[in-house]
Amino acid sequence: MDLEVLWRYAPSLLSGFGVTVMCWSAGGALGLVLGFVIALLYRLRLAPLRWLLRVFIEVFRGTPFLVQLFLLYAGGPYIGLKLSATTAGVLGLGLYSSAYFAEIFRGGFAAVPVGQIEAAMSVGMKPFDVLWRVTLPSALIAAVPPIVNMLIVLSKETVVLSIITVPELMYQMQTMAAETFTAFDAIFAMAAFYWLLVEGVSRLGARLEARVTAFMAEEARPA
Amino acid sequence: MHPQVILHSFGYLTQAAGTTLAISLAGIALGFVIGAAVCIARLSREAWLARLGGVYVSVFRGVPLLVLLLFIYYFLAKFGVDVPALAAAIGGLALSSGAYQAEILRGALAATPPGQAEAAVALGFSGVEVWRRILLPQALRISIPPLINEFILLLKASSLVSVVGIAELTRVSMNIASLTYRPLEAYVGGALFYLAINLCLAALGALTERRLAGERG
Repeated sequence: MDLEVLWRYAPSLLSGFGVTVMCWSAGGALGLVLGFVIALLYRLRLAPLRWLLRVFIEVFRGTPFLVQLFLLYAGGPYIGLKLSATTAGVLGLGLYSSAYFAEIFRGGFAAVPVGQIEAAMSVGMKPFDVLWRVTLPSALIAAVPPIVNMLIVLSKETVVLSIITVPELMYQMQTMAAETFTAFDAIFAMAAFYWLLVEGVSRLGARLEARVTAFMAEEARPA
Repeated sequence: MHPQVILHSFGYLTQAAGTTLAISLAGIALGFVIGAAVCIARLSREAWLARLGGVYVSVFRGVPLLVLLLFIYYFLAKFGVDVPALAAAIGGLALSSGAYQAEILRGALAATPPGQAEAAVALGFSGVEVWRRILLPQALRISIPPLINEFILLLKASSLVSVVGIAELTRVSMNIASLTYRPLEAYVGGALFYLAINLCLAALGALTERRLAGERG
């Protein structure tokens, strides 16, 4: 491993890491918001709307992320959607993950005991209050572990953006490899880096989960 | 939108879908062998072996598949090992899927009530018999729905082997896009094939899940 090469390319690698983090957080945030909206719309129980949302979810979960990216980036201009590689990448990550996040939120809503909602309504709470004060808090907490998991999956998907020339870390690393003939060293560094990143994020995620679900453990403890 | 592009290339896409399916099947099968070995290692009483299994899962779940595939290519090239591109691609998919399948199998074994194995031992079953007649039949059945789910994920992930030039569904869609200058139609065509296969698999998964629920009901 030639550390001197890594040092020489440090500025472009750092900027690549910055782009990776930006795409990851922007794509993840877009996916979370979109997924949450889809899950809320799903609760409206309008048959045609539900059917449309189901098609959206199945299409984005049933096709590879790479094909979705190609469709957006190469096919987009033919329907008047001219996007830069990075914009297409963020939008692609957002759309792709929104389908998964929608299912996660839906599962969270389903995990709220019906009795709690009925009880809230029978003491006279308005539908919005029931949603805001009863359904949402426990639905969101139930959704935290799968959300963390999906965000980790998404961090690995950002690598795919290099294929449509988004200047993220993988792309910069490959540029370095091509210019300095260090293909093996570069990909080894990449693998080691991602392993550490994913390990770190999952440890942080586990801590976050333990924190938001701590009250459940307390409640479950026999008095 | 010119749907006739999809119709014209229907034959190529069908053939490419076959390749995708074959690569994925080989990957999931080889991954199952790796997953079973890693799962056994993780449950081993030898601390170092259990630890090794844990490191395997952590590494192969942490490294993005695209990085892993390129790593295998450059690794083989650097050490002058001559392996066909297709074999290397299947190997990469299997190594990655093995880590996930190990966890699925571990979860399935953990889901079998410990009282059953204890009861079997109390009734005089030998260690091998407990595994063969009590633990494995149940664990394998429980793991079918998540394994089908893993197969769907693997089939989608197999699109990444297009990067190393294997003529599977994504690569063929790319070729059609550049030959016809109609990327929209080409990728919609490719996506429809993926969608059709995955919807069938998802239906199969739901069916097995329902049957399992019925058996236990």
